Amino acid sequence: MTTETDATDTQETPDKTPDPAGSPRRRAVNDGGRPPLHLTRGRMVGAAAGIAGIVLLILLPLLNLSLPGVLPGPTYTPGSLQLLAMCMLMAAAALTYHLLLGVAGLLSFGHALYFGAGVYGLGIILQNLDIPLLPAMGLTLLVVIVLAHVVGSISLRVSGIPFAMVTLAFAQAGSVVVGRNPEGATGGDEGLTLRTDNLPDFLVGVVNTRNLYWLALAVLVAVFIIVTWVQSSRAGHVAAAVRENELRVRVLGLQPYLVKLLIFVVSAVLVSIIGMVFLLLQSGAVPRAVSADLTITLLVMVVLGGVGSRWGAVIGGVFYTILDQRLTALANSDAIDALPDVLRVPLSEPLFILGTLFILVVLFLPGGLTGTAQRLAQRRSRRGADRVQKSREILEEAA
Amino acid sequence: MTATAQAGPILRIEGLNAHIAGQQVVEDVSFTVPATGITALLGRNGVGKTSTIKAIIGLIDRSGLVELDGVRVEKEPTYKIIRSGVGYVPEDREVFSKLTVAENLRLAERDAAPRRQLVEELFPDLLARSGQMAGTLSGGQQQMVSLARALLNTNKILLVDEPTKGLAPKIVAEVAETLAEAAKTVPILLVEQNLQVVRQLAAGAVVLSGGKVVHTGNALEFLDDDGLTQRLLGVSTEAVSHEASPHAEARHAAASQEKGAAL
Amino acid sequence: MSTVVLLLFTGLGLGALYFLVAAGLSLIYGLMGVLNFAHGAFLTLGAFTGWEIARRTGADSWWTFLLSLLVGAVAGAVFAAFTEFVLIRRLYRRHIEQVLITVGLSLAAVALFDGIWGTDAVFIQGPAWFKETTEILGARIPNDRFICIIAAVLVLLALVFFLKNTRYGMIIRAGVENRSMVTALGIDVRKAFTLVFTIGGAAAGLGGVLASHYFGYVSPLLGGSLLIFAFIVTVIGGLGSLTGAAIAAVAVAVLQQFANFYLGGTGDFVVVLALALVLLFRPSGLLGRTS
Repeated sequence: MTTETDATDTQETPDKTPDPAGSPRRRAVNDGGRPPLHLTRGRMVGAAAGIAGIVLLILLPLLNLSLPGVLPGPTYTPGSLQLLAMCMLMAAAALTYHLLLGVAGLLSFGHALYFGAGVYGLGIILQNLDIPLLPAMGLTLLVVIVLAHVVGSISLRVSGIPFAMVTLAFAQAGSVVVGRNPEGATGGDEGLTLRTDNLPDFLVGVVNTRNLYWLALAVLVAVFIIVTWVQSSRAGHVAAAVRENELRVRVLGLQPYLVKLLIFVVSAVLVSIIGMVFLLLQSGAVPRAVSADLTITLLVMVVLGGVGSRWGAVIGGVFYTILDQRLTALANSDAIDALPDVLRVPLSEPLFILGTLFILVVLFLPGGLTGTAQRLAQRRSRRGADRVQKSREILEEAA
Repeated sequence: MTATAQAGPILRIEGLNAHIAGQQVVEDVSFTVPATGITALLGRNGVGKTSTIKAIIGLIDRSGLVELDGVRVEKEPTYKIIRSGVGYVPEDREVFSKLTVAENLRLAERDAAPRRQLVEELFPDLLARSGQMAGTLSGGQQQMVSLARALLNTNKILLVDEPTKGLAPKIVAEVAETLAEAAKTVPILLVEQNLQVVRQLAAGAVVLSGGKVVHTGNALEFLDDDGLTQRLLGVSTEAVSHEASPHAEARHAAASQEKGAAL
Repeated sequence: MSTVVLLLFTGLGLGALYFLVAAGLSLIYGLMGVLNFAHGAFLTLGAFTGWEIARRTGADSWWTFLLSLLVGAVAGAVFAAFTEFVLIRRLYRRHIEQVLITVGLSLAAVALFDGIWGTDAVFIQGPAWFKETTEILGARIPNDRFICIIAAVLVLLALVFFLKNTRYGMIIRAGVENRSMVTALGIDVRKAFTLVFTIGGAAAGLGGVLASHYFGYVSPLLGGSLLIFAFIVTVIGGLGSLTGAAIAAVAVAVLQQFANFYLGGTGDFVVVLALALVLLFRPSGLLGRTS
């Protein structure tokens, strides 16, 4: 089909590196801007490191490692596993946000709606219906799919900043419902405690935290694979092409609207599944799960890590979650308490520090942590600079 | 080239590159505009004429050398370049449609003593319509507003982008007359599709193709070289005979409009 | 009948608050293309400084109230001008990064307010007249509603006068329509940027003081909750249109009040529904540019 190759070419045009051998499909796997010469070797090293990393992460609950200052205790303790599982879920959620912003160029301020739909949907169904976990999850998923189609198809009538405002408004409506506590379903401000009657035993209780940890890890790996796959699929290419030049894609006879909607829905479905696991991990639902703050947190993670990079989203998610946890611990420490007010007040507010850090990254580290790291590691190569350039372009195109 | 204040060109461009959304639209363009008369910037549609004009005053991201009256200005923001003596008449007029004619003109005044008198003489129509929203004017009247905005101030050069585009033949003649009048006191760099107007006004010509300069020289010599115009502009100038009867002019204007619309 | 009148005036009072936030948002977006998430923080700062004034100088006098309005507006204006001058300006033409900066700023600012004034709402008192009611067509309208409405109308008139009759007003109107052409006439449009931020911040700060009387309390989250409805108002009214913002602010707030009363507390939904309908049938908003 001519349209397919055309669309692929459109996506690849900015990448001016010569590529005698690579087929469009093979280049596609390559995460933009990287010279394909590094491709095979780089990917093999990357894959090997990835597998080794995953094996280590799988074994972590069985080991007795300590990372003082990062983890609250040795790696086998429930406290540490809980934090690590949270890191993984947030990294996975940031990946789904990357799918919106980094791939489709959609600056959504309503992603929390679907995360919250997963959390509260599953919580309410388990509370009120006597069905096992998997059917309950399926039912929740159905609700999310319908919701994402409705909201997505309306919001995508506008783009850029208006899209951001509209998605925010819809998410806010969701947040309001949760706060209003209709017929006692959501628990209002108090939230909802997970009813465990119909859950499998191995997911219940503090002693089983490591099972939940493995579940979170599985979710992260699965989401990473799916996001990679979507990005390299035809829809991913068209989305990237639309991001760069919507008019050209229209001229080619493709439907940018449908492709954006598809990515919007996929991203919503994935984040709702993450929300469901979040419910299990936290043993309950809190209103924050559906608030604009959560969306903003995901956005901050993606930007901290580096817009347009899957690893950036993962690193941003983990980094933010750990920093947030450590800063909260710091805020309650005696050292901070002893400071004069001028220092104590700002330092005891984790969000103040994170917000300031975020502003500094946007101002001084375009390309985020990954972009900066690459720039430092490979001063001579243009890769780091490319990363920064790509992040900037994605942000420009989202406008 | 030695650019001294009196003998040198008023505008010198060297190695100008410009990008829009990551795409190169102007590639290594170099040319000069002499300190008197009208210089035409020619080329087929979409070769980067408008982008070149915009790049000169920094409306799009660009690199390269831009020298105005012997002073390098490429590092300056747009408003400073304009204040140093550039009058800009954009493609499609770009009047502020929700401002009145008088407001459009007042906004453009940057000299201590703007030449309101001159503008009123040149465009008596605008005086009568000064309280009207500029968006409700006809295309020709909007072009008058756009020209008037540039002529209000004392400029070192005028950059005029397709001033006759989409206008009726009678208005085209009026615009051309105004430009000829203006050119007596200020040099003009003119982008123009209507070759009859170019023939009437321009002394020099710079021809672009694919974002690059492919020809510079005398405007009439260029237009008389049918093979060259055919190759670089894609139009035959034979149809446009040298006699400038109003009818021939009108026919040509209509034809070139059609061409513009078709492309 | 009296219920309808009461709902109408309550809606108008709330609409006045929405307008005070949305006016700045809409002008900033129209001129600069920046969606300002920090606008709620300008409002909250205005509300807290106004409360500090009231607390220190005796809450029930009219002079205190007027002073708190002034100080709240100035606090909002200074914060906004600082935001534009120190943070936004560095990222000229990079709209999304500018939005991200305002997101970070609103996070940091709200956290700082938490730290300074605590997370709980603080209750506020105005002149005794505020607590009284005035009877109109049989409805007893709380007087603070009138104050909000009068203030918003005055701000609207002042803004219209400024936009119509001053050179900077003209530059802002022209810039909303076509920013690059304004610079191409030799005008430094960035001065207008600082100006719209300052004006928007002042209106938000004023709105903050009024909101604290309307709701009877101040909390660090006050701005954020009003901001979201102000976003909806600006989209419905048409981004960049001041008149559109005024009409939509009143329409949204009145609709919200009536739905809350007659449709069992569904005001917020009806508003989001209205937003969806406007987007479906008129994506550029009621008075927005059609391009």
